[in-house]
Amino acid sequence: MRRFSTTSALAAAIIMASTSVMAATEIQWWHAFTGRLGDLLAEQVTQFNASQNDYVVVATHKGNYSETLNAGIAAFRAGEQPHLLMVFEVGTATMMAAKGAIKPVYEVMAEAGAKFDPDAYLGPVKGYYTTTDGRMLSLPYNSSTPVLYVNRDAFSGAGLDPDMDLSTWQKVGAALDALKAAGHSCPLTTAWQSWVHLENLSAYHNVPFATKENGFAGLNTELAFNGPVQVRHIQAMGDWARDGKFIYAGRRNEGGANFRAGECALFTESSAGYAGVKAEAKFAFQIRPLPYWEGVDGAPQNTIIGGASLWTLSGHDAEEYKGVAAFLNFLSSTDVQAKWHQNTGYLPITLAAAAQTKAQGFYQANPGTEIAGMQMTGKPPTGNSKGLRLGSFDQIRAIIDEELEAVWSGDKTAQVALDSAVQRGNALLRRFEQANR
Amino acid sequence: MEKRVTFKGWLLPLLLVAPQLAVTAVFFFYPAGQAVWQSLFIPDPFGLRSQFVGLGNFEFLLGDSYYRASFVTTAVFSSLVTLVSMGAALCLAVLADRLIKGASTYRTLLIWPYAVAPAVAGVLWLFMFNTRVGVISWYLGLLGYDWNHVLNEGEAMGLVVVASAWGRVSYNFLFFLAGLQSIPRSVIEAAAIDGARFWTRFRTIVFPLLSPTTFFLLVVNIVYAFFETFGVIHTITSGGPQQATTILVYKVFADGFVGQDLGSSAAQSVILLIVVGTLTIIQFKYIERKVHY
Repeated sequence: MRRFSTTSALAAAIIMASTSVMAATEIQWWHAFTGRLGDLLAEQVTQFNASQNDYVVVATHKGNYSETLNAGIAAFRAGEQPHLLMVFEVGTATMMAAKGAIKPVYEVMAEAGAKFDPDAYLGPVKGYYTTTDGRMLSLPYNSSTPVLYVNRDAFSGAGLDPDMDLSTWQKVGAALDALKAAGHSCPLTTAWQSWVHLENLSAYHNVPFATKENGFAGLNTELAFNGPVQVRHIQAMGDWARDGKFIYAGRRNEGGANFRAGECALFTESSAGYAGVKAEAKFAFQIRPLPYWEGVDGAPQNTIIGGASLWTLSGHDAEEYKGVAAFLNFLSSTDVQAKWHQNTGYLPITLAAAAQTKAQGFYQANPGTEIAGMQMTGKPPTGNSKGLRLGSFDQIRAIIDEELEAVWSGDKTAQVALDSAVQRGNALLRRFEQANR
Repeated sequence: MEKRVTFKGWLLPLLLVAPQLAVTAVFFFYPAGQAVWQSLFIPDPFGLRSQFVGLGNFEFLLGDSYYRASFVTTAVFSSLVTLVSMGAALCLAVLADRLIKGASTYRTLLIWPYAVAPAVAGVLWLFMFNTRVGVISWYLGLLGYDWNHVLNEGEAMGLVVVASAWGRVSYNFLFFLAGLQSIPRSVIEAAAIDGARFWTRFRTIVFPLLSPTTFFLLVVNIVYAFFETFGVIHTITSGGPQQATTILVYKVFADGFVGQDLGSSAAQSVILLIVVGTLTIIQFKYIERKVHY
């Protein structure tokens, strides 16, 4: 009898659940987040689904950034594409060029009659995903920018003042010398070497990474990161690597493990690494602005973002796009954004979320978390610091990784390596231009 | 000495090979044909438009000195993987063949690594040799050796070779053991009575009689090293440092599935197909002559 009642209750629940699912329109969202970020993302989805009855967002993890983009593309070719696809900033040019496969966010919002004000977003974040005539193509989701993490205990241990000025690379160089002299085994390490030490370095010193405003003004762009500023920086890093002051750990964020374990004194990494460092570091740490080279005209300019945005794919019903619009509006609402920013270290993508975070006293309670935002918005972006819009950029980054490894191992000088990277990358840009003519 | 079975008429023989032909056509000729066709175009990733470029993709590839260098990397990698996996398997098989007690236990244990997927094998080896937390790199550090496959090209190559060969040892071991056990004991015993020691017996009797197995494994292992190792490379080195471990098939994967450059990826597949086809023909034409069946 008891068994019977459980079964019938279960059956009733299933019937009720299925009717409610049938009534609501399903919105598919493919993303690249696991772990803590995946949990926070799932929480947003649950919150949205509970807040209304018309739409159900179904979030599916499709692997890392590259794999997610690839899954979206394969699905589009098979006619099975999701409504929303998370695409990392590197894939932006690929998506923008895919007219016919995407449905721009401004269009989705306009057709759904949703309230949408692009000016609510932080300028540099918005600029990355907006056409030159001001129309937003994808919705910024997670954006971060590189900062300098300092292991204060390592500084004290080496007899250095942990509060010493580390605002310029000259001063960092002096600190590295002192750390090395004190016998420290890992004075400096980095994550995402191309992003931090070439892409952001270029923007931060207001020199071009590529011609045509880093690709914003046309597909006929050419790489230009073999200029004197970049060569000087990479050569300095190469010299530090030779002397054991800069320890290379890998192409992605492998260096993070070394820093979080307390082995390294300085670490250049995304502001979104904050949550991980805070959770794992058993030493006093501090976030500082990314250093710049003193004496370079216009430095420090502003840094640029990394991260991902949400692209709406074409080929779905108007009713479903209405749901997409509602969800995107929910995601960019102030409370959701402020919470995301505070939990992850990603930038608050709207001005309102930044203001709310400040008003809540978060920055005072967590010193250093405001630095990323200040570093990005300190000066209005120039043509060199709006961002990058380059085709085949994932492959170009791989080329840059290879050439930088040649500098770290002492096989090539910075000039030779960067010249070679530019030349090899340009060949890929020409192919991309041809494919999207 | 060749035996030939003669059929009357065409119908029955055709019917008998038809299933195999159908499988080959559907799973090999069709996709291979598609690859050849795609290699003549530069498509955009979403398949919205594509441009006919003739042999442009091939020109682009062969004009790239880094792509040409990848042939040498592949040759070194494939030879090493084949040599290591077959050599280790042969040693183990010879030893296991002489076992009297517990032979089946040893055999079962030796077969296990074959069940591990290449990508997982890659991660396992990466953990052991991780420059920071790896067990083996830590012991090497105690011995005063600074293991750093992240920047040292030779070490990176060594690591991907060992990781790729490891799972393959089991497979080769099975075949070698079966081959060894099919060699008639009487032949070996006769040689032993004539005073031939183990090494002489192995060199003059066992190894030649094992040659059909060795030849089969040589072909299969080279094909494995060429085509199925990108999982290991992807997890351990991603083709680095610099281009030290970028083998041809990894570049096909990276350009096609990460870079979305499907035209170049298709052209690379075609080149790879030609290379492996040629290699196999050479093996059958020249090496098979030395095989005693």
